[in-house]
Amino acid sequence: MAIKLPIYMDNHATTRVDPRVVETMLPYFSEIYGNASSRSHSYGWEAEKAVELARDQVAALMGASGKEIVWTSGATESNNLAIKGAAEFYKDRGRHIVTSALEHKAVLDTCKRLEREGFEVTYLPVPKDGVVDVEAVRAAVTDKTVLVSIMLANNEIGTVNPVEAIGAVVKEKGALFHIDAVQGVGKLPFDVNRARADLVSVTAHKMYGPKGVGALYVRRKPRVRLTALLDGGGHERGMRSGTLNVPGIVGFGRAAELAMAELPEESRRVLGLRERLRKGIQARVSDTFVNGSLEHRLPGNLNISFAYVEGEAMLMALKDVAVSSGSACTSASLEPSYVLRALGVEEEMAHTSIRFGLGRFNTEEEVDYVIELVARKVDKLRELSPLYEMVKEGIDLKSIAWAAH
Amino acid sequence: MAYSEKVLEHYENPRNVGSFDKNDPRVGTGLVGAPACGDVMKLQLKISDAGIIEDAKFKTFGCGSAIASSSLATEWVKGMTIEQAMSLKNTQIVDELNLPPVKIHCSVLAEDAIKAALADYKAKHAAAEPRQPAST
Repeated sequence: MAIKLPIYMDNHATTRVDPRVVETMLPYFSEIYGNASSRSHSYGWEAEKAVELARDQVAALMGASGKEIVWTSGATESNNLAIKGAAEFYKDRGRHIVTSALEHKAVLDTCKRLEREGFEVTYLPVPKDGVVDVEAVRAAVTDKTVLVSIMLANNEIGTVNPVEAIGAVVKEKGALFHIDAVQGVGKLPFDVNRARADLVSVTAHKMYGPKGVGALYVRRKPRVRLTALLDGGGHERGMRSGTLNVPGIVGFGRAAELAMAELPEESRRVLGLRERLRKGIQARVSDTFVNGSLEHRLPGNLNISFAYVEGEAMLMALKDVAVSSGSACTSASLEPSYVLRALGVEEEMAHTSIRFGLGRFNTEEEVDYVIELVARKVDKLRELSPLYEMVKEGIDLKSIAWAAH
Repeated sequence: MAYSEKVLEHYENPRNVGSFDKNDPRVGTGLVGAPACGDVMKLQLKISDAGIIEDAKFKTFGCGSAIASSSLATEWVKGMTIEQAMSLKNTQIVDELNLPPVKIHCSVLAEDAIKAALADYKAKHAAAEPRQPAST
């Protein structure tokens, strides 16, 4: 089978929409195109029916009820709604929030805004393996804590947090528990009741669904309330006004249904591919380092540093492969990945990291092609590298007084 | 971010990659940048007694623009006098490679590397210099 270039291995950034999902969505553009809130005609009724089915499909993936799903425009909105909505509604319970330093910007920036509005936020540092420590959560939560927000799996290093144990601690202390489950749902078994979650953010485009549609799980028993971000027609039980993105929602539902059906087999297969990639690279290339726990990790994630070779140069060298890097040079702000920095990864290693995100559509042939390519390109870049040269001469790089500008 | 054609060209076919013996009296070595910043350039110049740069070599740890900037710098300085090389400006590199604003610092580092190599050469020769007999 011929490999199609460029090879896509950036599934943490987004995923290809599964053709089966596209097919399911199509009638909802030009045939069943009513507004799901139109109560008076069949265009509306048909659209509403499809939306309600999708609600059940997304809920089933998390062990929830369709009645507990609120549609949003994506995970960023879901995170904003969960955190701001709960903090505002329950502010008389307390003005303290606990989260981790590795959360997505949609969570961290939302917390920063709440800080400006008088909330106190604890950003838990995370140990070197990238997994949130349950005892650290227990120590941080007080009787003034209204909400704890911890992600299920990290988008950069793929590490998976023990949300069930964390949920138990949060409930012991009587606070609300929000989980950004974007990267984990559909790839790992996840149940809102086992996790004791009150609020869960998910999005379609990380599970082979379309971009522009997400959901927030909001627990009904016991009932969790939120102050809405958007005012308007009172859609989604008053929690999120706005006409529903029917085709997007239908796609999301179908993607969730497929994810649930295919999860056990797919996660095994993707894990196999990831390990093939990792072992292949580590057998051919010296001085590599995997960032974050290998054991508590998403099956498709490989975040790996190649010593003495800078990340953006690697991305340029790997021009036939779509991946990303934690190097400063790849960000518009010239700041290296805050996730890697929070782990305590040394700055020069953060500059040398590459993130591979394998998924449903990757194959063994692609993995083998990439292993070869990576090995060749690292060799070439090390020939260009003064650091590699110095290390080969026996110089300890840490002993040099660098003249940084 | 799409890479400019010229940057890609320098990456695919870098000129003058390698090293001279830094103990060779004709060689000036400049090492600038820091691994923690993600940019380290080593640039070496081989200079004739007449003060002409005969050859140049570089090695860079950094992004594509950094590699291209240092590669271009070694290309340009060959055949220049020390004074000409001293007046090489990073803006010339920016123009030639079409570097976007976020990559301008790569060209600055390349200019620094040239100056550091020339300074090293001068320091080596200043140490050897005083030929005036000490007054008795």
